[in-house]
Amino acid sequence: MPRLLQLQHIRKTFPGVVALDDVSFDIATGEIHTLLGENGAGKSTLMNVLTGFYAPDSGSIYQGEQKIRFASPRDSLALGIGMVHQHFMLVPAHSILENILVALQNVPLLFPRRQLRDRIYQTIEEFGLDLNLDTPVWKLSIGAQQWIELIKLLMRDCRLLILDEPTAVLTPQETEKLFTVLSKLKQQGKSIIFISHKMREVMKISDRVTILKKGRSIATLERGAFDQNKLATLMIGNDSIPEWQKSLPFSDELILEIENLSVRNERGLADLDNFNLQLKKGEILGIAGIAGNGQKALAEALTGLIKVDSGRVMAAGTDITRSCARSSYIAGIAHIPEDRKAVGIAPDLSLDENLILKNFRDPRFRHGIFQSRSAIRRNAEEKIDQFAIKAGPKGSPVRLLSGGNIQKVIIARELSEHPTVLVALYPTRGLDIGSAEYVHKVIAEGAGNGMGTILISEDLDELYKISDRIAVIFRGQLIGYADPATASREQIGLMMSGEVPQ
Amino acid sequence: MNLSFRIEKREQGSALFRTLATTGSIFIALFVAGFLLLSAGVDPAAAYLEILRESLGSSYGLSETLVKATPLIITGLAVSLAFRMQIWNIGAEGQIYMGACGATWVALFSGLDSPLMLPAMFAAAFIAGGLWASVAGLLRARWQVNEVIVTLLMNYIAILLTDYLVYGPWKNPDGFNFPLTAQFADAARFSEYFNTRLHSGFFLALFCALALYLLMERTIWGYQIKAIGSNPGAARYAGMRTGLAIFLVLTLSGAIAGIAGFSEVAGLQHRLQHGISPGYGYTAIIIAWLARRSALGVVIVSLLMGILLVGGDSLQLSWQLPVAFAYAFQGLILFFLLASDFFINFRLRRVKEVTDA
Ligand SMILES: Nc1ncnc2c1ncn2[C@@H]1O[C@H](COP(=O)(O)OP(=O)(O)OP(=O)(O)O)[C@@H](O)[C@H]1O
Ligand SMILES: [Mg+2]
Repeated sequence: MPRLLQLQHIRKTFPGVVALDDVSFDIATGEIHTLLGENGAGKSTLMNVLTGFYAPDSGSIYQGEQKIRFASPRDSLALGIGMVHQHFMLVPAHSILENILVALQNVPLLFPRRQLRDRIYQTIEEFGLDLNLDTPVWKLSIGAQQWIELIKLLMRDCRLLILDEPTAVLTPQETEKLFTVLSKLKQQGKSIIFISHKMREVMKISDRVTILKKGRSIATLERGAFDQNKLATLMIGNDSIPEWQKSLPFSDELILEIENLSVRNERGLADLDNFNLQLKKGEILGIAGIAGNGQKALAEALTGLIKVDSGRVMAAGTDITRSCARSSYIAGIAHIPEDRKAVGIAPDLSLDENLILKNFRDPRFRHGIFQSRSAIRRNAEEKIDQFAIKAGPKGSPVRLLSGGNIQKVIIARELSEHPTVLVALYPTRGLDIGSAEYVHKVIAEGAGNGMGTILISEDLDELYKISDRIAVIFRGQLIGYADPATASREQIGLMMSGEVPQ
Repeated sequence: MNLSFRIEKREQGSALFRTLATTGSIFIALFVAGFLLLSAGVDPAAAYLEILRESLGSSYGLSETLVKATPLIITGLAVSLAFRMQIWNIGAEGQIYMGACGATWVALFSGLDSPLMLPAMFAAAFIAGGLWASVAGLLRARWQVNEVIVTLLMNYIAILLTDYLVYGPWKNPDGFNFPLTAQFADAARFSEYFNTRLHSGFFLALFCALALYLLMERTIWGYQIKAIGSNPGAARYAGMRTGLAIFLVLTLSGAIAGIAGFSEVAGLQHRLQHGISPGYGYTAIIIAWLARRSALGVVIVSLLMGILLVGGDSLQLSWQLPVAFAYAFQGLILFFLLASDFFINFRLRRVKEVTDA
């Protein structure tokens, strides 16, 4: 296969961090090439080098025989390289059309609006999507925003598309659709670099896989030469995968009761509609449902991020719907895909400071009004060790960490609270295998100590593996409960489409 | 192959680079201002030496520099405190005036006796400045009214209110109708040092810097301010009361600016009069920005500003340069400092077009 681009011995350091040590790999025309690696291995950084966002310290990029140097993202775009970032770069207040137009080069000053609209709609239809170009971007789901990023690239006729963890924000259904689109693009002779932590996806779509470990490319394998185990072994190396066991059956004591909870969104529609739920002590309660049926609102209402319109949240008999005590009773962890700034972290503060965001008042971390720096540092060292967080130099802002590592910071913080109730919204999205397993382990251990967990996930495998009970949500209402030991996938699938079990 | 320039975001400048860029920009400003001086028939080198000698070379000059820096340090701190939380207090000017009014009211009408006088004036200035800013704080915290507009507009009210007082009810009956209040009694004046105008206000300013440093870097309150400034959503989620914090921080910011007004009347003017602040509150915004909101930075930048102000004045006297020249000179330096700030975060790169092969 002809080579489109070749990267040789790329090295990129940031102050105090070697993000890429020595990476070589190449991209052929018309292939889907997957990059696999643990959180912080350097995947996003490598892609930023390839798109001219960062200049490498050393190493070279070849196009055919010719050595090329990118001075800025514009140059790589001129070569037909386009990227959908792990964190999107759309203007929320602008419409879809405007966001796409911004990305197009050489749009004449008085551009033929009609013609462009038609062309965009053509692309949208070609891939079987359903989008209205005049909708402002902030109203869209994260999945839809991802499509817009992709359409932007397609409109520019990119030869190489880079997708940095696109499926971390997609529902299983959307993922299917994305894969169909990608296959189509491949047939048109386009090359695609795909990044994902989900083995099943990697197996399904990759022509070749390159594995990054600690900033080095350690292997490139052709389709047929790899299987799930081999990839995992290569990627993990001698790092150990945490082991855990599901705890014993839980007690019948109720620690959280949600009664007729209703939440309206900014469009005035009901995200939660008289929702009821009961959580027992030490229980891991999985919430299954197709994305967009109120899961996010449920997590946000419970953690106090959005206002409750009506209904009650009861904690062991006391009403905490509007009480300040809630924040210490309920902890929340969430995957924050599009916008890390949303709830998870204070991006400009250091790792140490972010880890105590919720319990900075704890006497452990202060003497009177003064913060105890040594205690805060010790706490951070402990958490970095436990959760294998790849931290940058001491004191550097947490926003510089890799996507997965930011996620780990949030998880470490929320679990260190020893909450009575944990609300986990897609907690393992974007985490590498080892880290995902560690999160499961911590949740299971917490359950053993009486913590109740509401685990919201779209991954039925995950729900089956770890939940004691599964509740199904549909259009903001509870459809019913199922026992993962006995209920079949079909049964749960039916409930997810709104069918009430007999 | 054509050449073109391109603006790129820098990843992260090192501390050394930042210092160099800032120092370099001052030299470039001096260079450019040199042409201005030449056109006025003045030898730039001699003029610059003169500025340094006047502002630093004698105990008189040095003391004047510190005197000028005093209100700048205090207001710079006030503004930077609010900036830390992404609250834009443009109203330090008005808060200085209100602080001065508060202090004056105590000085003239309280009838207090010596040892209590200065603390009482301090408290009055602190409260007056704080109350003034708290209006904007309340509007912002409660009804999301933009604090920039409110604080800015309240400046005009504060200045006119001061004018009303000095032209009207507080006018010195024996003052031949000048818009001045009566002179303060000795108890209401700061001590002065070394036979110069250097007064305790300067040490008060340094104390404020230290206190603010401790507040921001060491206490749980400073921690909350930084967290809210970085991401209000996350802070609220973590159980911080962001509305209350906005209100308190704006109020405290105004209260600190009020101290500057107290220091000016107690240390320098010894009375309240029209125009006690020639725009310190606005300069403070630039200072806070250049200092990157750090307390130590505010002190350093304010001292530099002090040198500029004193040195600029001396040029007028020695070479009969017009006042406008001093302003142009300060403007140039600020312009290049701000430009260097841009180059610290971005780089301009000359690139050969990468040809699409
Ligand atoms: N701008 C930056 N400044 C400092 N350090 C950085 C910067 N960008 C990345 N890093 C560091 O480089 C390392 C690699 O980060 P990168 O984002 O490439 O990881 P990744 O493989 O994409 O991980 P993930 O799967 O979590 O997204 C991390 O340790 C990260 O902290
Ligand atoms: Mg990444």
